[in-house]
Amino acid sequence: MTLVPIVGALNPDDDIVTVAYIAAFSLFIFGIRQGTHPSTARRGNMIAAVGMAIAVATTLALDVIGNGVLILLAILVGSLIGVVASYRVQMTAMPQMVALYNGVGGGAAALIAWAEFRHLTEHGGGIELEVFVPILFSTVIGSVSFWGSNIAFGKLQELIPSRPILLPGQHIFNGLLLVAILVGCVMLGIDNESPPQGLYIAVLLGAVLLGNLFVLPIGGADMPVVISLLNAFTGLAAAAAGFALDNVALIVGGTLVGSSGTILTLEMSRAMNRSIANLLFSGFGAAAAGAGEMEERPVTSIGPQDAAIKLGYADSVVFVPGYGMAVAQAQHAVKELADELQKRGVDVSFAIHPVAGRMPGHMNVLLAEADVPYEQLKEMDEINPEMPRTDVAVVIGANDVTNPAAKNDPDSPIAGMPIIEVDQAQQVIVIKRSLSPGFAGIDNELFYLENTSMLFSDAKGAASEIAAEVENL
Amino acid sequence: MDLMTEITIFVLAAFVGFEVISKVPTTLHTPLMSQTNAIHGIIMLGGLIVIGSADGTLDKAIGFVAIAFGAINIVGGFLVTDRMLGMFRGRDRKTKQEEPAAVTPSEAGGEAGQ
Repeated sequence: MTLVPIVGALNPDDDIVTVAYIAAFSLFIFGIRQGTHPSTARRGNMIAAVGMAIAVATTLALDVIGNGVLILLAILVGSLIGVVASYRVQMTAMPQMVALYNGVGGGAAALIAWAEFRHLTEHGGGIELEVFVPILFSTVIGSVSFWGSNIAFGKLQELIPSRPILLPGQHIFNGLLLVAILVGCVMLGIDNESPPQGLYIAVLLGAVLLGNLFVLPIGGADMPVVISLLNAFTGLAAAAAGFALDNVALIVGGTLVGSSGTILTLEMSRAMNRSIANLLFSGFGAAAAGAGEMEERPVTSIGPQDAAIKLGYADSVVFVPGYGMAVAQAQHAVKELADELQKRGVDVSFAIHPVAGRMPGHMNVLLAEADVPYEQLKEMDEINPEMPRTDVAVVIGANDVTNPAAKNDPDSPIAGMPIIEVDQAQQVIVIKRSLSPGFAGIDNELFYLENTSMLFSDAKGAASEIAAEVENL
Repeated sequence: MDLMTEITIFVLAAFVGFEVISKVPTTLHTPLMSQTNAIHGIIMLGGLIVIGSADGTLDKAIGFVAIAFGAINIVGGFLVTDRMLGMFRGRDRKTKQEEPAAVTPSEAGGEAGQ
């Protein structure tokens, strides 16, 4: 079936194919390189897309390509879903979307590995180890990524409870399951002359189960790490498929994604001052619900009017957004308030903790959506030295990342975690529905400080009300 | 290609990846992730290759789903990244860019926009 005249024109070993793939991955790298600055990132994304178009077109022209109608249909269906999803998704839901995309890529890698296994063993044939090992890697990692990402999606979308779900002995069971999968892989490898189909399917199913079980015990606020890690997994699964299929574009493309996911994972765990093992296996926050012995302590409570006065007459204001801002869809209201303040000559900036939100950079995208110029978005290390000179810090929907206990209390569960040091500011306003603890399940010392005022309200409503009051000052 | 050449490429690509990506600022980490989602859509090439040798219904179905998944990654990944990056504006460029479609990226032919 030749749909396009050039289909079937090229042999995979032709130099021109390799040259086209080299061009494609060079454009990926160049495109990502352009992503190092907001002003060039959009062009970089398009450059990477051109690279992808070259890679796909070249592959479609190979003589090994068959089933043209099916291919066309599959591309059509996938593209349609991609277009609709990318225009419909709200910026607050980006973590879910990225989780799904990670999963879909991992699923594709596992499916391709499965198809290649079936193809090579079709007539009772064996598989060379240098092909079989990457097939097994891609099968296991791809499946874990697909199912783990689905669970992450379910948690982020709150289809399943986002709190850690930890069954008794689950870590031991997961550990044994991982060992069983590895043993299965080794047995398949030893028997590579005629690998048993049943054992392969068992390994595949084991990986499916592991993917589900390994994300369930991880709580919502640790999702930035999970998403980054699954991103790395998916990239590596794709690279492994490249080894199995002898395809250089797949190897390089997958490896780039693997590096990216790895860097982000390490950065997230550093920003929480917790090891990756602790993040993945501790069931952090699972016990938090039982911490009911918090004593009643006095706090200063204020209304929108008082807040407006504090803010309107300040010289400098720093907003500290967290996941609560995303939940309340408050980014536009916050920007409105920032505009009102700037009109009065107040110096406004936004302090973004690396793990604020549910994925790396989540807050930045929300604020960009609300039209906050990126120069106003400050990283933690950049803003902390400014804090003592800041008149008012406004905490909106952030909690643990502002808790001074991380610095002051060596026994705190979050001890040592770098925080945005709002307690150093002259005054602090915390917009929050109640005094309930954050994800770590501990009281926030910040709420009880002398220079802290609590504004008990939902983030969106409070921000608009304060903005209106500032206007009337 | 022989295994050692492939491993060489893999190792070098990993180093290049680390070098380039560690320079991406935190502000752009979400678009970076969605862009890498699009790039791992390169897995679609694998689907294109395996479906060529697929005869049975199951094999065809596996290939079909893999290609569709890859296409979701490529199309959805690049488009949503473009949409996001279109929102990142600096102070000076802000006023200039406000008139043409503030939310929908002008590229992509406007289908299904807002």
